[in-house]
Amino acid sequence: MTTDLRELYQEVIFDHYKRPRNNRTLTKANRHAQGHNPLCGDQVTIYLKIEDGIIEDVTFEGSGCAIATASASMMTEALKGRRIDDVEKLFHGFHDMVTSAPDASTPSLGKLDALRGVREFPARVKCATLAWHTLQAALRAQENPVSTE
Amino acid sequence: MKMDAEAIRAASPPRLDVAALRRDFPILAERVNGKPLVYLDNAATTQKPASVIDALDAYYRHRNSNVHRGVHTLSQRATDDYETARARIARFIGGVATEEVIYTSGTTGGLNLVAQSYARTVLRQGDDVVVSALEHHSNIVPWQLVCAQTGASLKVVPVNDAGEIEMDAYERLLGPRTKIVAFTHVSNALGTITPIDRVIRLAHEAGAIVVVDGAQAIAHVGVDVRALDCDFYAFSGHKIFGPTGTGVLYGKAAILDAMPPYQGGGDMIRSVTFEKTEYNDLPYKFEAGTPNIAGAIGFGAAIDYVERVGVGAIAAYEDELLAYATRRMEAIPGLRIIGTAAHKAAIVSFTLDGVHAHDVGTILDNEGIAVRAGHHCAMPVMERFGISGTARASFALYNTFDEIDALVAGIERVQRMFG
Repeated sequence: MTTDLRELYQEVIFDHYKRPRNNRTLTKANRHAQGHNPLCGDQVTIYLKIEDGIIEDVTFEGSGCAIATASASMMTEALKGRRIDDVEKLFHGFHDMVTSAPDASTPSLGKLDALRGVREFPARVKCATLAWHTLQAALRAQENPVSTE
Repeated sequence: MKMDAEAIRAASPPRLDVAALRRDFPILAERVNGKPLVYLDNAATTQKPASVIDALDAYYRHRNSNVHRGVHTLSQRATDDYETARARIARFIGGVATEEVIYTSGTTGGLNLVAQSYARTVLRQGDDVVVSALEHHSNIVPWQLVCAQTGASLKVVPVNDAGEIEMDAYERLLGPRTKIVAFTHVSNALGTITPIDRVIRLAHEAGAIVVVDGAQAIAHVGVDVRALDCDFYAFSGHKIFGPTGTGVLYGKAAILDAMPPYQGGGDMIRSVTFEKTEYNDLPYKFEAGTPNIAGAIGFGAAIDYVERVGVGAIAAYEDELLAYATRRMEAIPGLRIIGTAAHKAAIVSFTLDGVHAHDVGTILDNEGIAVRAGHHCAMPVMERFGISGTARASFALYNTFDEIDALVAGIERVQRMFG
């Protein structure tokens, strides 16, 4: 097995894949969006409960590969309690981490760093970013209760 | 189980000199991630023998010019080679007339040609187009488009749990409303060989015309369109060792003659005035614009190659590969083969418990093994089996039993990683 593959499939990735966190519908959500990867047909739904500009709760539903599932799971953990104004910066930080080579100025994203191995596998970048793109769509969506849609 | 596999290998030695054939394909010497390439994605596209690569090279070095145009020497050479390739292909698919062999950009191009030029003209509200639940998106979407344009309805013949067409349901669907039956010859997602001769006979009895998607069949089963008596047969060059962007639509001359052109442009006309345009004869009526000349010549070289190896010998050897792969993979706990039809060609589609096909694909690639992972442009097939996708190993004449062993070892490694 190459080092690259070990970097991609770290224990923490398997852990989130096998026991995804916040993997449920959020009945109190006031934003949500569905994303899908046309290459593989995988789908994910992101639910957000936002109060006063703060992400009070965030969950996801859907099934995907280890990378997509772990990424969605880890994203929900990273988002809880954050200000929505900070999300854009986090999104770009994550996107840069999984698409380009790191340099000295690359900031750590904490636990999300476990997904940095994805950058050696261009075909899998879409798996890692699916939940994040869906998050952006949810944040841009009208603030409507999920139940009425 | 390994003993069983060994027994299969001992009992049926390959009739092809596969080691020699492998040397015809330069890319098979590549290493991927430090391992010898094990190319098992032949249903997506096949590799090209040196004779095809050389034909493209020779065309661009010595013959490059436009066809059917110039009086100069190069144009004559290009035209000769372009038409010789057409004649080879016409002979290969059952000895049809060259006017019935229309060059296209591929199977998709051919199917869209039939949908827009034939179907759009003949379909009326209340008519039915019948497809199977095995179809590739290329043999679904063109019919959806033309149904929306004409008011006709799309009817789908179900498949059973093995991935075989339910012929009783097919017979019940056929009737006076049925105008077109569009079926695949071999399923790209599952490998099922459909009973296409019976499909065609029954459709003709109901008064429908039959369009066959031969993309997967052409390299794996001998195709004789005259014996099949199909009305149209579409296939691609790149799935039979030819260049990408090439294909052929076979159509019966009487039907092609009655059809309006698909696209307007150069080469498809006899004379043009602003008042009236007279179309060219078959097959040129359907070949507007400068065609893929180099590609067509390479396609001809690929057909030449297949004929030299022998279609029967290729099919027999691939059957042995398929039987061996099936036997070995069935023995892997947690592996489910999707598509267990009695008649299959060169494809094993599978799922692994607890592992997504994409992860299978990435980890196998790390071992130098190329398989396809996903829905294989056949999302309704995946839906039928209640899955989002499969990993698919598909074989060609240059694959070996050792490569199947490597695949099995790779799958076992995936399972250990996800264990």
